[in-house]
Amino acid sequence: MRHLMSPLDFSTEELDRLFTLAEDIEQNPARYAHACEGKKLATCFYEPSTRTRLSFESAMLNLGGSVLGFSDANSSSAAKGESVSDTIRVISCFADICAMRHPKEGAPMVAASRSSIPVINAGDGGHQHPTQTLTDLLTIRAIKKRLDNFTIGLCGDLKFGRTVHSLINALVRYENIHFVFISPEELTIPDYIIEMLREKNVSFQEVRKLEEVMPDLDILYMTRVQKERFFNEEDYVRLKDYYILDKEKMELAKSDMIVLHPLPRVNEISVEVDDDPRAVYFRQVQYGVYVRMALLLTLLGIEG
Amino acid sequence: MLNVGKIEEGFVLDHIKAGKSMSIYKHLGLDKLDCTVAIIKNARSGKMGKKDILKVECDINTLNLDILGFLDHNITVNVVKNCEIVQKLPLSLPKEIRNVLKCKNPRCITSIEQELPHIFVLTDEAKEIYRCKYCEEKYGSKDSFKI
Repeated sequence: MRHLMSPLDFSTEELDRLFTLAEDIEQNPARYAHACEGKKLATCFYEPSTRTRLSFESAMLNLGGSVLGFSDANSSSAAKGESVSDTIRVISCFADICAMRHPKEGAPMVAASRSSIPVINAGDGGHQHPTQTLTDLLTIRAIKKRLDNFTIGLCGDLKFGRTVHSLINALVRYENIHFVFISPEELTIPDYIIEMLREKNVSFQEVRKLEEVMPDLDILYMTRVQKERFFNEEDYVRLKDYYILDKEKMELAKSDMIVLHPLPRVNEISVEVDDDPRAVYFRQVQYGVYVRMALLLTLLGIEG
Repeated sequence: MLNVGKIEEGFVLDHIKAGKSMSIYKHLGLDKLDCTVAIIKNARSGKMGKKDILKVECDINTLNLDILGFLDHNITVNVVKNCEIVQKLPLSLPKEIRNVLKCKNPRCITSIEQELPHIFVLTDEAKEIYRCKYCEEKYGSKDSFKI
């Protein structure tokens, strides 16, 4: 039985197969409409995340399966003090596969170690968010037709932004990727990622200003400064508007550059950018459903 | 001058930093073993000034000494058989350590679920870096977050 804790759980060959399946689902949705009939997905969300939860639920419903679960810790037994290990043992009796989001880092890994059904990490604190990464990779592959040889800018909260950490971990396995980290001093990329890039000899640069690197980018990955990651409200208020992508900045970019964002957006991308064909963050959401469908099929062993 | 007799079979852990023998005693789980242990604290040492020594009378296959490499790699491990030192064991960093360090990341699942073992995995041997198995928080072997 396989779980998904980190994007690195799958080899690049396995990811290729997953993305090919996702693309086939996109082309032939009817073929998969009953693939998960009789199967149940449990969405165990210990912190609110409507988007990711609905994406998982939509994916399972598209496959003809059913969904059950909870959407915040207060409506689960965690409020009564139940451990993650106990919860997953119980959930294993109710469902065939589980997607878990938890504010504490490593919680889905604890669940996976005690589970008798596949567990998907749907985000654990500031640590990993592998299905967002799969979504990002599929979006890049579908639009750019490749997962190598490009310069990607990652902008915003690079310290707590788990989507960014997961994406970097996944992309370092492909050839000739140059990373540009754009963040305020207080939200720079963690040292363990910098260390890992140095060890793997991956090229990167750190800058404070988005404008100065816009012309170099093939992909710009914007992130939101997340209020829930701050212990101190004052720091959040000071940093939340540090970067705003607007039309003016987009004019500096290449004509085939694409803008991704894990969503939800607050104000880091001005709405005037939405009509720019290079803004692909809403298409990215759709790819998220396809890749989760492919993932459910793969982990349930009903692929093909 | 205090004299402690020879042991028949077991280990003599020499050159323990003065005052640290009880910590080593605990981390080796000697409190749970039914064997004779001599704890010598603040013994005179030409090299160190003062040092601690642990003498453990036991079957040499019963004790896992991996953790010593993490706690203090300057400790000398003498293996004793028939009252003679037959081998000096080199210390290396263990691949995984359990319940020795406590993860200090307030966002780690171990911060709220007390029954979970605190497991750290050696990720960089050259730099002596361990990472929490759950949240990947980094710890050097010199960090003092020992349980």
